Amino acid sequence: MTEIADTAVRPLAVPRARRERLPLAWVGVVPFLLFVALFLLLPTFDLIVGAFQTPDGGLTLDNIRRLNQPTILAAYWVSIEVSLASSLLGALVGFFLAWAVVMGRVPRFLRPMVTTFSGVASNFAGIPLAFAFLATLGPTGLVTAFLMDIGINLRVLGFTILSFWGLTITYLYFQIPLMVLILMPALDGLKKEWREAASILGASSFQYWRYVALPVLWPSLLGTTILLFANAFGAVATAYALTGSSLNIVPILLYAQIRGDVLHDPHLGYALALGMIVITGAANLAYIWLRMRGERWIR
Amino acid sequence: MKGGRIAPWIVVVLSGLYFVLPLVATFEFSLRKRRGAYSFDAYRSVFEDNHFLESFGYSTLVAVAAILFGILIVVPTAYWIRLKLPRLRPYVEFITLMPLVIPPIVVVFGYLRLYNSSSWLPFTASARATDLLLIFSYVTLALPYTYRAVDTGLRSIDVRTLTEAAQCLGAGWPTILFRVILPNVRSGVMAGAFLTFAIVIGEFTIASLLDRPAFGPYLQNIGANKAYEPSALAIIAFGVTWLCMGLINVFGRDPRDAAAAKK
Repeated sequence: MTEIADTAVRPLAVPRARRERLPLAWVGVVPFLLFVALFLLLPTFDLIVGAFQTPDGGLTLDNIRRLNQPTILAAYWVSIEVSLASSLLGALVGFFLAWAVVMGRVPRFLRPMVTTFSGVASNFAGIPLAFAFLATLGPTGLVTAFLMDIGINLRVLGFTILSFWGLTITYLYFQIPLMVLILMPALDGLKKEWREAASILGASSFQYWRYVALPVLWPSLLGTTILLFANAFGAVATAYALTGSSLNIVPILLYAQIRGDVLHDPHLGYALALGMIVITGAANLAYIWLRMRGERWIR
Repeated sequence: MKGGRIAPWIVVVLSGLYFVLPLVATFEFSLRKRRGAYSFDAYRSVFEDNHFLESFGYSTLVAVAAILFGILIVVPTAYWIRLKLPRLRPYVEFITLMPLVIPPIVVVFGYLRLYNSSSWLPFTASARATDLLLIFSYVTLALPYTYRAVDTGLRSIDVRTLTEAAQCLGAGWPTILFRVILPNVRSGVMAGAFLTFAIVIGEFTIASLLDRPAFGPYLQNIGANKAYEPSALAIIAFGVTWLCMGLINVFGRDPRDAAAAKK
């Protein structure tokens, strides 16, 4: 409402004032822009520049080329795999959970419970989360011991909490709730009339979801999945507390590099960081592009 | 979706198990410190540790500072954009979402390169200056959430009318901002504040790489050296997060919304 009012009024009010007032109005956002430049954009930009520099400041592509070593490539690969698995699974489970609570015939009190819990769990990340999963699925964890009692030995089956799947299952603890939180309002936004119109026209439940609901939900589904991907890709604390340096993923490699444990070469570290930005950035570009396509299609 | 009656239940029960089991397991594990009997020994050991209190106190201070500074920078900006520069809104919104794209570890790596002790702005040269850098980094970390919370609050009030009314009564900009606008977006500000606290209190990566004695690095250290205390700390951390979210529900909800809901 207010936005419509804004755009309706502005053309009348602005033209005369524009010349004199605009420079002054800009001053109001200077503190914010300065802050963001100093503590977010400039440090990142400086790092990107560093990735293309030799130690004495010359331009080079050598740092990027040196990313091509087995350890580093493997780290990127495992990172992408963990992030993909945890974001896709998180999106899938989160979608069904949100669907069950919003549209399934479950008691009403479940909904505020799920919402509140999701708010807590999506912020329960980092080191305490690693502790919790060590106590659950670690070598002496409760679930591990219980499964052992009924004759299932996780370690013999090849599962440890320090592995790819261990990390993925742990990440799901904050990925699923994040999906639920963002998707619930989107599911609420599906109008009853659409569903009724679809069924009057003879659509099956599958057809309704395939041709009506999912296309509408598509942008938020996709956007959140990409958010989950970036979320997992940049996470350091949980993986570090869970596995120490034993699992070779990019954030941990970079962390170890900054602490001075490995590589012994800051410029290779800058290139490593650049790789992370490129991957999360590409994911977001893909999102924007897909979303633009999606919106065109809805119209 | 009709989807039968059983499917939603299966989803709810299975995910319920997945979310509750780790909490139960962690709690059970935290009680096992004394051999042969359940006890709260692990919790006692945690609370008796001076480093726990010191690091938790330090992180609380940093979090409060980050919240205050965040309010100082976000509220005026969001207000100004709504009032005078609505065309800039998408761009500013985009900038505030950047911290979700750039991982914290990359940002802090950038700090170490840009603000090292021999640079033009040597933030990492002294402990106090590094504290400041930590606070600023947390403000950026929370920016996506605080900005959105405040901006949503501003959407529900008529910024222009309020401003003009205040101006007519002779108010200057500081009065308008802090005595007219701020109280009106209180719920958004509170929501942003508690969310910031929840994110910041146990943050590990930045604090550890800036080498500050915060709660996150303390947790990591305990995890590497003790057996039962980590579980106790995980339960405590979960409690703190829960408290923050609860406080968002109490203070962060707009009283006008509640009144409207009752009608």
